[in-house]
Amino acid sequence: MQPIIEVVISGLLVGGLYALIAMGLSLQYGVARVLNVAHGEFIMLGGMTTWALYMAFHINPLLSLVVCGPAAFALGYALHRTVYTRVLASSASPGAFESNSLLASFGLLFIIQNLALIAWGADTRAYSYLAVPVDVAGVLFGANRLLTLGSALVIGVAFYIFLARTRIGKAIRAAAQDPTTAALMGVNINSVLALCFGLGAALAAIAGMLISICYPVTAVMGIHYTVIAMIVVVLGGLGSIPGSFIGGFVLGLIESIVSYFEPALTLAANYLIFALLLLVKPTGIMGR
Amino acid sequence: MRTGRVSWVGLRTPVLWLVLLVAMGTLSLYASAYTVIMVANILLYVILTMSWVLFSAPTGYISLATAAFFGVGIYTAAILGEQLPLPLVILTAGLASFCLAALVGALTLRLKGVYFAFFTFGLVELIKHLLLWYEVNVTGVRGRFVVFADNVTIYYVILGILVILLLTSYLIRRSRIGLALQSIGEGEDAAAHIGINVSAVKTIVFALSAVFVGAAGAAMATRWTYVDPYMAFDYLYSFTAVAMAVFGGLGRFEGPILGAVVFAFLRELLITRFPYVYMLVMGSVLVVTILYLPQGLVQLAQMSPWRRSRGNREPA
Repeated sequence: MQPIIEVVISGLLVGGLYALIAMGLSLQYGVARVLNVAHGEFIMLGGMTTWALYMAFHINPLLSLVVCGPAAFALGYALHRTVYTRVLASSASPGAFESNSLLASFGLLFIIQNLALIAWGADTRAYSYLAVPVDVAGVLFGANRLLTLGSALVIGVAFYIFLARTRIGKAIRAAAQDPTTAALMGVNINSVLALCFGLGAALAAIAGMLISICYPVTAVMGIHYTVIAMIVVVLGGLGSIPGSFIGGFVLGLIESIVSYFEPALTLAANYLIFALLLLVKPTGIMGR
Repeated sequence: MRTGRVSWVGLRTPVLWLVLLVAMGTLSLYASAYTVIMVANILLYVILTMSWVLFSAPTGYISLATAAFFGVGIYTAAILGEQLPLPLVILTAGLASFCLAALVGALTLRLKGVYFAFFTFGLVELIKHLLLWYEVNVTGVRGRFVVFADNVTIYYVILGILVILLLTSYLIRRSRIGLALQSIGEGEDAAAHIGINVSAVKTIVFALSAVFVGAAGAAMATRWTYVDPYMAFDYLYSFTAVAMAVFGGLGRFEGPILGAVVFAFLRELLITRFPYVYMLVMGSVLVVTILYLPQGLVQLAQMSPWRRSRGNREPA
């Protein structure tokens, strides 16, 4: 019984982070149609900024949310307004926009990652915050990891309510379904798409902040989380935000089960699931 | 009506290519050892880029599998290097990459657009981690040593692969398969309706494009002497090939070659001392190209006053 509890809970703990990351990418890809491979770089920025603030001013990592979230939102919003809106205007078809915006986000990946490398170097950074063991059903877990799961759940649910209950949330859902019709119904489509891109970046930065509480961070960590986000988004179904949220926990559990038996194969298992999923059911769990 | 001047224009390009080929073919006779190594590195990137262009430019499928084929080539050289002579190792590497690409192509035919990019990216990482696991748990080594071959030989091998690749690309562009690829890129369903065997054409050309990458990987591995899965299956090779091709311009045959040469030269200058600056420049150039030069570097050449003064000739 003990090992099962351990596997399930550590799966959920990782899953919470994955859910947040994937929700961000889901907004960017599902609504704004930008397959943002630089998504992980925003996670890295969130994590590294939190680390830098903690080291420099001993700012509580959770408080750096106030800095990271809005800053990432502003950056994402501005990027969509400058880069992606222009790419959208110059692309002949939705297919052409998908490839052009993918290429542009490759460029962004290199720019952000290498600026971070120049600023912070390639060393692994870590700090200790709330690293006290807590007993959960007879198994010990770090308080910081439980805090991460709690925060991820709160943010995820709050975000879902925002999408389901507010007027802007409704506009976002409409834009996800059919941007052209949404625009005809009076949704300011460019502003909604930029908003989604910004929100995606903000979610990524917040996830980065939570990651830095539990794990070491580096300037090159982004691509790993980008891939995780892609896997979860495909797992949950492209464009489905609840799907991404659930998919995050599913991937966390799978990872936890695999690493219980053979830790070295965790990443390989992730990619294998991803490959099989693409081949067998590319629409994902909750895909339309 | 054909005049003497027009036929000179028609001849100019082949003559230029021939001069270039002779200059490259005799490089080791007049250039320093350092230059030969540098040019071999640049030509390697031209191979990666042009192989990517061979399949991805006409079809519009963004493949990120270049690094996978390259790594397969590298590991073929690492495993067979001691048993077989170099030409056989390189042929086997090309064949191994061909088989992998044919398998991937056959499996992923149904995936459209971005899903294909997703899958091929995942493929590189999947092979890397499986290989790492296998090496650590079964063979008990993390890296492998590769039999050394001298720089001049490798230079000529790389040049040979490139020449064959360019000839293949040129012939495919002019053949029925080239037209079929083009129509797949413009509308896959329509292409299927006019009787093109879409799946077969895609798989064959994808697999063919992998041959050159695998062969180049085997050739380069002999220069590194030591390889491990992280070096061999580095996703940067995939990204770089795409960036170089887009930077050069996909619309014309020479575009990606030009992009790869310029970028690879820049890489040679910066990579050892300022690796981050090189990558930063690469990212910025990619974004700027997509925003302001959708036809790439060749667009600049066409806009230059030198070109315009000779009249508005349609690009070939």
